[in-house]
Amino acid sequence: MNKQINTTNDPKKEAAEALPGGGMLLSSSNPVEEDTALLKETFKEKYKWGFVTDIEADSAPPGLDESTIAFISAKKDEPEWLLEWRLNAYRHWLTMEEPDWAHLKYNKPNYDEIIFYSAPKSLADGPKSLDEVDPELLETYKKLGIPLAEHAALAGVAVDAVFDSVSVGTTFKDKLEEVGIIFCPISEAVHSHPELVKKYLGTIVPYSDNYYATLNSAVFTDGSFVYIPKGVKCPMDLSTYFRINAKSSGQFERTLIIAEEGASVSYLEGCTAPMRDENQLHAAVVELIALDDADIKYSTVQNWYPGDENGVGGIYNFVTKRGKCQGDRSRITWTQVETGSAVTWKYPSCILLGDDSVGEFYSVALTNNYQQADTGTKMIHIGKNTRSTIISKGISAGQGQNIYRGLVRIQKGAENARNYTQCDSMLMGDRCGAHTFPYIEVKNKTAKAEHEASTSKIGEDQLFYCNQRGISTEDAINMIVNGFCKEVFRELPMEFAVEARRLLEVSLESSVG
Amino acid sequence: MTTPLLEITNLHANIEGKEILKGVNLTVMPGEVHSIMGPNGSGKSTLASVIAGHEAYEVTDGSIRFNGIDLLELEADQRACAGVFLAFQYPVEIPGVSTKFFLKAAVNAIRKYRGEEELDAMDFLDMVEEKAESVSLSIDLLDRNVNEGFSGGEKKRAEVFQMAMLDPLLGVLDETDSGLDIDALKIVAEGVNKLRSKKRGFIVITHYQRLLDFIVPDFVHVLKDGVIVKSGDKSLALELEEKGYAGIESCGSACSCS
Repeated sequence: MNKQINTTNDPKKEAAEALPGGGMLLSSSNPVEEDTALLKETFKEKYKWGFVTDIEADSAPPGLDESTIAFISAKKDEPEWLLEWRLNAYRHWLTMEEPDWAHLKYNKPNYDEIIFYSAPKSLADGPKSLDEVDPELLETYKKLGIPLAEHAALAGVAVDAVFDSVSVGTTFKDKLEEVGIIFCPISEAVHSHPELVKKYLGTIVPYSDNYYATLNSAVFTDGSFVYIPKGVKCPMDLSTYFRINAKSSGQFERTLIIAEEGASVSYLEGCTAPMRDENQLHAAVVELIALDDADIKYSTVQNWYPGDENGVGGIYNFVTKRGKCQGDRSRITWTQVETGSAVTWKYPSCILLGDDSVGEFYSVALTNNYQQADTGTKMIHIGKNTRSTIISKGISAGQGQNIYRGLVRIQKGAENARNYTQCDSMLMGDRCGAHTFPYIEVKNKTAKAEHEASTSKIGEDQLFYCNQRGISTEDAINMIVNGFCKEVFRELPMEFAVEARRLLEVSLESSVG
Repeated sequence: MTTPLLEITNLHANIEGKEILKGVNLTVMPGEVHSIMGPNGSGKSTLASVIAGHEAYEVTDGSIRFNGIDLLELEADQRACAGVFLAFQYPVEIPGVSTKFFLKAAVNAIRKYRGEEELDAMDFLDMVEEKAESVSLSIDLLDRNVNEGFSGGEKKRAEVFQMAMLDPLLGVLDETDSGLDIDALKIVAEGVNKLRSKKRGFIVITHYQRLLDFIVPDFVHVLKDGVIVKSGDKSLALELEEKGYAGIESCGSACSCS
């Protein structure tokens, strides 16, 4: 249940090495049993109101009520205030309706059937060797350039003896601790740094924020916690590999990143290999706080299971991500490459409160087959001289639907605020769609907001031109698409950009022709 | 006897069901420069596109042999690799892709096809510098995206430069002179002339005789309504200039050209 977290400059390699649950899963002889014993006790003390769930179980029964929440909270041995917070969220959630303003068509999840808490499968339950793994999946890993050693790990093969995770994890942890950085699962932070969690949790995305964020607040299972102290530049990119532990951490991640005055950090959230996750709903929440002169760069590569070529299955990715530039001259940058999920509903946003603060949003969203993405950002300018940049690239192929939805709001006091928005769509074939819904609200006369939009079709002419120079159609498509996404890819850390490129190539395979 | 570089026999081609080429015959030997002239809509650009393998055109009859192989069997990219180069009338822009990157991909795709080793960045840049000079192309232009924001003259010079880089056996120039002033025309023509060799053949498609003052053809053909109605030497181009296409008499059944 602990999220596997690692610090790394080479995400692929480190993630591979860190596989066996980062020692977190394997560190004790039988962690599940131990946990449960502990839980039993805690539970008896704290929750006396008719909670009937069998805590011996590794999973909560399907559906959601107050006892499910108590169960989750008890499993994590949480303090009273957090349980209260979860319950408040749950009670509020009951009064809310699932939003339907997005340009999306899907069957709403049946919340009575969802299992909201599930302990990790033991590694021994997985396939015993690569021979038992779907060959198509292995082929994709190969195309993504993932080292063979890692294939087994990704496919969930029991490989506990292969990787030396503990040493790697510890080395980085030591290095970070030296400069006072806290980087751990949020469930751990609740115990080790309760004052920080209590101070910031829900301050950027309140539990009442929106349907999915509220649901997340009630039931979140794990996520990352990052704290960068005053003046510290994080010496390496921090990354969380959901692909390693998604099965254990479930569908409701919650991440909280705090950068104190003058601090800076680059955080990578990624799953560059496809996750054959059967969970239908992923409702995550990410909160970022940047104080004076702080700088947070948050990069995501999302490749959840998109469903098959007929639109069957796939993840609903309903995510709330928001950052607050609380301090003067602070900066928050969101970069996302979204290629997976059947349905994406996601608007990483910035609240530009501090004077001279900067918000940036760089996005590539690709929809193929029957995928749908309604994604964009909100830039709320409150402080003086605040600046925001939005670069959105939507690629639609097959029968995919790609929607950019963005809000630029410049409040009354935001003297000299500036926004630049560029919103480009590329269509491949004639059955897909691209839609743009930009909202611009300007309440200050000195402010300037610019919006540029374009729609292009990956033309026969472009392909023929490339072919005529000896370049194959497949290479030509990759070249044209990569060219289209260049402004976003250059915002990604190097290794991530390379993987993102490969991912687009794999996702677009045989989409034209 | 030498194998013809290009041998087009009774070529018929449609686009969207409309027949454009109605039985074209043309033979180009290595080292020869053939000019194709003709009024608008006569099928000149279609001929160029069909040779290069544009999918929108359907070949309904006839054959094209290139350097001893059946060209119609090959996809457009394979034809390029086999040595067919088309200098486009309207070169296409590719946003976000630098000209250098694009050309390196092209050069290496072709080298791979020929069984040659791919060029590394250093060797490639050396080659770029050498070839760019031959068409007086500023190297800076090559850092810009493919054809994006190029002037008309820059686009055409870039096409000739690409031809020099890719070293084809057959260069098809589709109205490379259109939209060029006289100075630009001279530079482009000079670039082409430098590429003339005993092995390489050219098909130069143009409306105007003017280009042929600078790229002197061995043969001139008049394409009218999808067939070659008259063939001759350079003097035919001058005759056309004087009389216009309307004044051209078909050479009749005795001539091998139609």
